[in-house]
Amino acid sequence: MSAPTVTRATRASSVATVIALIALVLLAAAPWWAGRADMRLMGEILLYLSLACLWNLMAGYAGLVSVGQQAFVGFGGYMLFALTIFGGLHPIAAIIAAGGLAAIVSIPIATLIFRLKGAYFAIGTWVIAEVFRLSFAQVSALGGGSGSSLPVGIVKSLAASRSGREALSYWLALGAAVVVISAVYLFLRSRRGLALTAIRDSEVAASGLGIDIWRTKLEVYVVTSAFTAIIGGLIFLQKLRISPDAAFSVNDWTAFVIFIVVIGGIGTLEGPIIGTLLFFALRETLADFGTIYLMVLGLVAIVVMLKAPKGVWGLIRDRFDLELFPLSYRVRTATDKGA
Amino acid sequence: MIEWVGVIVQGTLLGGLYALFAAGLSLIFGVMRLVNIAHGDLIVLAAYLGLSTTMMLDVHPFVALIVVMPLMAGIGYALQRGVLNQTLGPDILPPLLVTFGLSVILQNALLEGYTADPQKLNGGAIETASLSAGGLAVGVLPLLTFVVAVAMIACLQWIFYKTSLGRGFRAVSDNQDIAQIMGLNKAHVFGLAMALALAVTAIAGILLGMRTSFDPAIGGGRLIFGFEAVIIGGLGSLWGTLAGGVILGVAQTIGAKIDPGWQLLAGHIAFLVVLAVRPNGLFPRVEH
Repeated sequence: MSAPTVTRATRASSVATVIALIALVLLAAAPWWAGRADMRLMGEILLYLSLACLWNLMAGYAGLVSVGQQAFVGFGGYMLFALTIFGGLHPIAAIIAAGGLAAIVSIPIATLIFRLKGAYFAIGTWVIAEVFRLSFAQVSALGGGSGSSLPVGIVKSLAASRSGREALSYWLALGAAVVVISAVYLFLRSRRGLALTAIRDSEVAASGLGIDIWRTKLEVYVVTSAFTAIIGGLIFLQKLRISPDAAFSVNDWTAFVIFIVVIGGIGTLEGPIIGTLLFFALRETLADFGTIYLMVLGLVAIVVMLKAPKGVWGLIRDRFDLELFPLSYRVRTATDKGA
Repeated sequence: MIEWVGVIVQGTLLGGLYALFAAGLSLIFGVMRLVNIAHGDLIVLAAYLGLSTTMMLDVHPFVALIVVMPLMAGIGYALQRGVLNQTLGPDILPPLLVTFGLSVILQNALLEGYTADPQKLNGGAIETASLSAGGLAVGVLPLLTFVVAVAMIACLQWIFYKTSLGRGFRAVSDNQDIAQIMGLNKAHVFGLAMALALAVTAIAGILLGMRTSFDPAIGGGRLIFGFEAVIIGGLGSLWGTLAGGVILGVAQTIGAKIDPGWQLLAGHIAFLVVLAVRPNGLFPRVEH
């Protein structure tokens, strides 16, 4: 019998990788096979997927349960408008710059609200989002409380034709989703990701092993804020219009994202993906019912949290011992063919 | 000069309302370490229940409290025993997410039942009545709100430290398991705490509804005011919460005096400054 080996990959994860690559190619080709409305919807799905992955990294791994991520979505959106209109930047450059600015802004915010623990931290992040909303409503150059539209010249600078712009903004959404998922995945596989997982499982034990908890959480908060702002920029590049209430909406950018992650399975990489698909399936079927749909969504989230706190993916994983993103280590002996 | 004194007096009285928003939040956190994200929506629910009661029975909003207070207390007890007790534990995520879900459900249920149109409770003559002393005019309703807030805080303080119910609250707060061994049913005690908190919320909701117009979407904002008052005052201190409410109210009225757009922003900034300078609040009782 040969010595046991330690691997991360499983047959399921290899199959998942192949399927993911095929899906990626199909999605990248969407402008040639999908209609305009479908492409718009897919773009929205991809951006929500990115937001969900980012929130999951913060809440599910770093234990930073924020209900104020709309602060950075809105910040990114407003920076896109400000930097293109007043700074003369190309929209894509403006969106990337928005990410950098969000990272800088998030550091003093973190040092302040990290003083609040647990649920108080959550409401603290909401206060920050309110401060952002009220502050941007005061900027009359950006339309004040009623908001403004992206000037035609800037919109045209993306691509000359309408279909070209729609394809570009879809590809940007797809690219962002791929970058976010890969970044989160690679981060969790790295040494720091290991530290983060240790913090998730037990803060006391993690700090006993010499992990600087405050600093690790700060890193996660800053990186998440930057990416969230970039996604926010892309969201408002699709919408072409911004107002404080839309940009800093707690329902749109935080409540839905939280429901997605909780229903899919918090603290897993697969959860947000499944949650996003379920969320949009629910939305597309129940959208005609307006408020009823939101009540159903809230109810589903409560039931999941009470009855299956690991979400849909948690149920599947426990039942079949599956892991599509190979994060944990498995010991395998030669006799064990293993899944 | 007298103008600014007036502003500070108005702010102090407004702070009474915020202290009432915060008292329920502070009580629940003190007893079971639960932060209820739906708290603001429950305040709005109380205002709407007051609206329905005044319409159906054709009574003054204060009289409606006879119906709304027991109703809210009953809702609180049922909510705690039926749902929230299952979420309590070392993990902070379940209570947070469940109350967040509850908040979305409540908001949309109110939207469905009462539409998005702003409503107001009609308090009659008391709304416009005012007292004046030395060139300073003070509205009777804000003054009454402040007096009620002080009385409620005193009453809660008395319940906490002088009654057997309060002894139960303090016991489960200190150590749930030992309290249970000593014969307290913690599920029931938590239910009573939530019932009491929502009874206070009922008063807050009625006073809010008489003061300004309300719609189903304003719950989040009320939660934030209550939360800021709790943190400014210091966790676990009821009188501190009143002080926190007053500081928040004064900051807002001063902000509004400088520029109407600055009212809410000034309140948030005051909160952030306190957080930066005194992270445990001004009158902390427990360290967390």
